[in-house]
Amino acid sequence: MFDRSSLGQLPNGAGVGYKPQHFSDIEADAGTVRWLEIHAENYMGDGGRPLAQLRHLRESFPISVHGVGLSIGGEGSLDKDHLARLKNLVRWIEPASFSEHLAWSTHDSHFFNDLLPLPYTDQTLERVCDHIDQVQSTVGQQMLLENPSSYLAFAESTWEEPAFMAEIAKRTGCGLLLDVNNVFISATNLHYSPQAYIDAYKLDCVGEIHLGGHDEDEDDHGHPLLIDSHGCEVVDPVWALLDYTLAQSGSKPLLIEWDTDVPEWSVLRQEASRATAALNQFQLAAQ
Amino acid sequence: MSNTHKTLAVMGAVAAALTAVASTDAAAQSKEKCYGISLAGQNDCAAGPGTTCAGTSTVDYQGNAWTLVDAGTCATLELPASADGSARNGSLEPLARDVPA
Amino acid sequence: MTQTNASHTVAVSQAEFTAAMRDARLDIPAGLIDAEHHPAGRRFSVYRNNVAVSLREALHTGFPIIAKLLGPQNMDGLAGIFLRAHPPKSPLMMHYGDEFPEFLANMQQLSHLGYLPDIARLELALRRSYHAKDVAPLAPEALAQLSADELMEAKFELAPAAMVLNSLWPIYDIWRINTQDDAPKPTNTAQDVLIVRNGFDPVPHLLPVGGVAFFNALQRGECLSDANNAANKETPEFDLGATLTLMISGNALTKIKGLHP
Repeated sequence: MFDRSSLGQLPNGAGVGYKPQHFSDIEADAGTVRWLEIHAENYMGDGGRPLAQLRHLRESFPISVHGVGLSIGGEGSLDKDHLARLKNLVRWIEPASFSEHLAWSTHDSHFFNDLLPLPYTDQTLERVCDHIDQVQSTVGQQMLLENPSSYLAFAESTWEEPAFMAEIAKRTGCGLLLDVNNVFISATNLHYSPQAYIDAYKLDCVGEIHLGGHDEDEDDHGHPLLIDSHGCEVVDPVWALLDYTLAQSGSKPLLIEWDTDVPEWSVLRQEASRATAALNQFQLAAQ
Repeated sequence: MSNTHKTLAVMGAVAAALTAVASTDAAAQSKEKCYGISLAGQNDCAAGPGTTCAGTSTVDYQGNAWTLVDAGTCATLELPASADGSARNGSLEPLARDVPA
Repeated sequence: MTQTNASHTVAVSQAEFTAAMRDARLDIPAGLIDAEHHPAGRRFSVYRNNVAVSLREALHTGFPIIAKLLGPQNMDGLAGIFLRAHPPKSPLMMHYGDEFPEFLANMQQLSHLGYLPDIARLELALRRSYHAKDVAPLAPEALAQLSADELMEAKFELAPAAMVLNSLWPIYDIWRINTQDDAPKPTNTAQDVLIVRNGFDPVPHLLPVGGVAFFNALQRGECLSDANNAANKETPEFDLGATLTLMISGNALTKIKGLHP
């Protein structure tokens, strides 16, 4: 049905989310960056510079295709046109990894340009599994499913998120993407232990780890409310949570995400160096 | 114009165009221009600026309640009298404050 | 809290979620809660905010000249109205804003700025051209080699990145004064524009009068002679040489139909 061997093709080193403004800088000095992730939707045009840059980059770097608009958690059926575009992109790029989110963004044919949350119930479990089956059989490759950052909970939920995702992986054969920053955000926002979440996460299915910056706000009761802004450096507690994770999971491909207020390449390269150091430190300790 | 004349006119125009194209500086054409299009309409998976209030202005739903507040460069555009052949009603007056282009 | 028991039974449909997200006057669905089972409150506003801000930013970056002409506060206000009336219909943000020119045209408060819709059309066309398919241009020599008869009967394929816009407003001048230093003030004329892409950057050019009719005729599949006649009929002073110069130097012609396999 799909090629399971793709899991683990990304190198167990640092990658960054690719931004077109960094094209020449990456060519000049990639630092410790060993792979790049692109947002699939930005490469679904018919031609021009975006596709030309990608054609060039894939010669030098393993590419991870990360979809942000498929709406896998949507109540409605998946957008067939979008699925076809995704298939074409994946066939062309032959990415080292292909991933999407446990979230929805389209309802009633309107696209909301945000990753929206869903309740975790037997019913939503089945729907998400059906959609992932459809994605994997259409695209012809295993996908990784990413844990969301949560700002609220659903009263109707009957599953814990790590168990829900493990069950999806079991039923569909998909892999998982673990966003450590999202774990930290959700755990803070919903008052649980991020370490307990990591302990419960199916780490042997994890093909990639994400790291990013977040903003701080407050809810109506003065409790901290962290927002997944990807607009600053990864904070120390998230680096610590990464160390905690790596100690259990072993080496994984690590991605630095920076999507808003995108900095100079040197700043991003520095973040990637820190991720590389975290991996090296773990590997030395493991020897 | 006779067909022969037309053909000659078209051939003349094509020849002139080919000459003009040949003399265009190729280097100048390859110069990269950036109008920000490469950054327009990007998809990403980040949340917007970390505030919880920006999406909650109810003025956003009432088109008829909206009014022009500040003025961008159209205040200084000084378009001459109607370019579209119709009266322009003093056009830029609501924006005619002292705002630089 | 008394709410707790009730909210445990409340399922939240995505229709309810999106309705409350789009309209802050609506109640937040009761099944959305925090860790202590309080109503979600500000936590839900994060989604309202993310959707509104991300679409507003997409309009700012997608229509930079409109944003500059109107000023940031006006653009924010207009974007807030537009994004609720016209949320994207596709997950491809690169094409967001198709309805924006028409929306601007229908805003009573902007009726004194009649050129805005055409500037928005120009910005949309520039974005489409940027993402259009790459097709190798026709070598100029291929035209030079045609006999007189072949030339008159030649039909062309046009580059997907090449597009024309006609306007009753000086849209080229307005584009130029907002994108280039030391550009002259807009002139009192209707202007048509040809957008071409040499390499990867779409650039608008002032198109001689009649050029739009000529371009459209070629695009419909008419031969050079017929397209020239169509333009001349509408605009006797049509300058074929100048129009072709722009089109050829802008890689707008990609193939002579029927001549190449």
